[in-house]
Amino acid sequence: MNDQVRAFRALLESLDRVGAENAISQALTAMTPIQVIDQIVVPALEEIGRAWEAGEVALSQVYMSGRICEALVEAVLPPSDPDRKHQPRSAIVTLSDFHMMGKRIVYSHMRASGFELFDYGRMDVDELVERVLADKIRVLMISVLMLPSALKVAEVCRRFKEAGVVVRVIVGGAPFLFDDKLWREVGADAMGRNAAEAVALVGGWMQEMEA
Amino acid sequence: MSMTPMQRTLAALGHREPDRVPLFLLLTEHGARELGLSIEAYFSRAENVIEGQLRLHRKYRTDCLYAFYYAAIEVEAWGGSTLFIENGPPLCAGPVIRSPAQIDSLQPPAIAGAAGLGRVLDTIRGLKARVGDTVPIVGVAISPFSLPVMQMGFDRYLDLIFDQPARFERLMQANIEFTVEWANAQLAAGATAICYFDPVSSTTSIPRELYLSTGMDVARRVLPRIKGPTATHMASGRVMPILGDIADTGTAIVGVSALEDLAELKAAAHGRVALLGNLNGIEMRRWSAEQAEFAVRRAIAKAGRGGGFLLGENHGEVPYLVPDEVLLAISAAAERWGRYPLDWIEAWQKDNP
Ligand code: B12
Repeated sequence: MNDQVRAFRALLESLDRVGAENAISQALTAMTPIQVIDQIVVPALEEIGRAWEAGEVALSQVYMSGRICEALVEAVLPPSDPDRKHQPRSAIVTLSDFHMMGKRIVYSHMRASGFELFDYGRMDVDELVERVLADKIRVLMISVLMLPSALKVAEVCRRFKEAGVVVRVIVGGAPFLFDDKLWREVGADAMGRNAAEAVALVGGWMQEMEA
Repeated sequence: MSMTPMQRTLAALGHREPDRVPLFLLLTEHGARELGLSIEAYFSRAENVIEGQLRLHRKYRTDCLYAFYYAAIEVEAWGGSTLFIENGPPLCAGPVIRSPAQIDSLQPPAIAGAAGLGRVLDTIRGLKARVGDTVPIVGVAISPFSLPVMQMGFDRYLDLIFDQPARFERLMQANIEFTVEWANAQLAAGATAICYFDPVSSTTSIPRELYLSTGMDVARRVLPRIKGPTATHMASGRVMPILGDIADTGTAIVGVSALEDLAELKAAAHGRVALLGNLNGIEMRRWSAEQAEFAVRRAIAKAGRGGGFLLGENHGEVPYLVPDEVLLAISAAAERWGRYPLDWIEAWQKDNP
C-alpha cells in the first residue's frame, strides 16, 4: 500500500471528511479523476473492507468511509461523465428483508469506485425477477441479513435459468459470512465478504464481459 | 449426584466446575414446531410459549427456559408493527422514528400498556409456577443503545450518533428508562436473569473508542439499575477488544461469536465474566450428527475447564431452519462430552489441533 493510500485510509477511518476532501483535491492536481478513484479511493476502501473482516475496523467506519467517498466521487465525476466506467447493466437489491444497511454500504462503495447501478430498494422474489428482466440487468447484487432471505436467492437464480437469461448474481450479508458454503448452495455466481470485494468482483466481470 | 439446572448454572457462573457443562440452547420458534402451530399463532398466546418452552427443555435437556419472543416485540410497545414470516423470526416492519426531530418529544411507553410485553410477562409467570427455582428462566431486554436500529434504521442511527450528539443523548435517556422498567418487570415476574442484547456495541459495529463513550456509558447507566444478574449478548458480533470493558459494566456473562476463538476469549475473560457460546447457528442448519458432535467437543475443549462456560449457539437464538435432528445431536454430545472433569480433552486436542 503506498503512502497516499495509507494516508487517505487513515483520514477515512477517523471520519475526517474535510481532510479526505483536501487529500483528493491535492491528488487531482497530478492525476485525472478516474486515476484518483482507481489508485487511491478504491484501494483505501479495499483495505478498510479487509480490516473490517479481520475485526480491526468497525462497521460504522466502513459505512462512513463509503459515504464520504461517494460524495467525493460524485463531485469530481458526475453520473453522466463519459469517464464513468463502461460496465454491464447492474442493479442492487435487498431481498425480502427489511435490513437496508448492507445494500446502502455496497451501493456507496460501488459509486465511490466509479460504477453506476440501479438501486432497487427492498423487493421480494417475483417483483425482483420481473424488474431484472425488464431492465435487462446483467449483474445483480443481492444483500440479505436473514437466513430465510438468503435461501430465497435459490428461487431467484432458478427463475433466471427458466427464463433463459444470463444474469450474474453476487450475494452478500451476514448469513453468507457465517456459512461460507451457502452462496454455492443457493446457486449464486459469487459472494462478497465485504463491500470492497463487491467492487473487485464486478470490476473483474466487467473486463471478462467486455472481452 | 446430579445437579438441577439451576445448581449447575450457578456453579458454572461461580467459575467452579459443576457435574457437566450447562447447555444453554436458546430456542424460540422451535416451540411453534413442537406445538404444530405457525410462528405467528404460537407467539399470540402466552400459554403456547409456556408449553413450547417446557417441551423444548425436556426434549433437548437444556439447562434454561427462554422467555424471549422476538426483538421487534419491544418496538411494538413504541408503536411499531411486526411482520411474521413462515420459516423464520418475526421482523420489525419499519421505523417508528421517521425524523430525528421526533426524538425531542419522545416518551418511553408504559410496560403495562403493551400487549406483547404483557404476554412475555405472563409467559415468565407461567414458567416460574412450573419450575420454581430449579431451572433458570432467562428474560431479554434489547439495550437502549441497540434498540434505535429498529426504532429508526441502522444508517440513520449512525448518522444521528455522529451528527447530532444532543439528540442521541435524548434518545438514550428515553430508551434507558424503558429498558430498565422492562428488565425489572421481567425479574419481578420471575425471570432469573436478563439477557441484555447489545450488538451495536460489538466491535463488528463500532470501534472500541466509540463504544467507551456510547454503548459502555449506556450499559453503566442501565445495568446497576437492573435488579438481578445480566448477560451481555453481542448477537454473534465480535467482542475480543472490549471484553474487559464489558466486564467492567458489571455483567456476569458475555455471549460470544463463532467468528472469534473461544480459547482466546476464555483466557481474556480471566474469570471475570462467564462465556456463553459459540456454536455457529447459521452453519448448524446443515450439520450432520458428526459435525454437531465435533463442534460441541471443540467448544468444550476450548472453554469448559474451570467452569465459567455455558454451551450454546452464538446469536442468542437458534434459527428456526435448524432441524430437530441437529439439536438432538448437540444435546447428546453435550451430555456425553460435557461431564466434568473433561479428562478426554488433552488426547482429543492432540488429534484435533
Ligand atoms: C446488530 C444486529 C442486530 C441489532 C440490529 C439489527 C438490524 N440491522 O436491524 C438488533 C439487536 C436489533 C438485532 C435484532 C435481530 N437480529 Co440481529 N444481528 C445483528 C448483527 C450483530 C449485525 C447485523 C447488522 O446490521 N450488520 C450490518 C450490516 C451492514 O452488515 P452485513 O449485512 O454483514 O454487511 C456487510 C457484508 O456482509 C457485506 N455485504 C452486505 N450485503 C452485501 C451484498 C453484496 C452483493 C456484497 C458483495 C456484500 C454485502 O458488506 C457489508 C459491509 O461490509 C448480526 C450478526 C453479525 N455478526 O453480523 C445479527 C443477525 C443479523 N441478527 C439476526 C437475527 C435473527 C435477528 C432477529 C430476527 C432476532 C429476533 N428473533 O428477533 C432480530 C431482528 C430485528 C429486526 N430488525 O426486526 C441473525 C440473522 C440470520 C438468521 N438467523 O436468520 C444474525 C446474522 C445473527 C446470527 N448469527 O444468526 N440484530
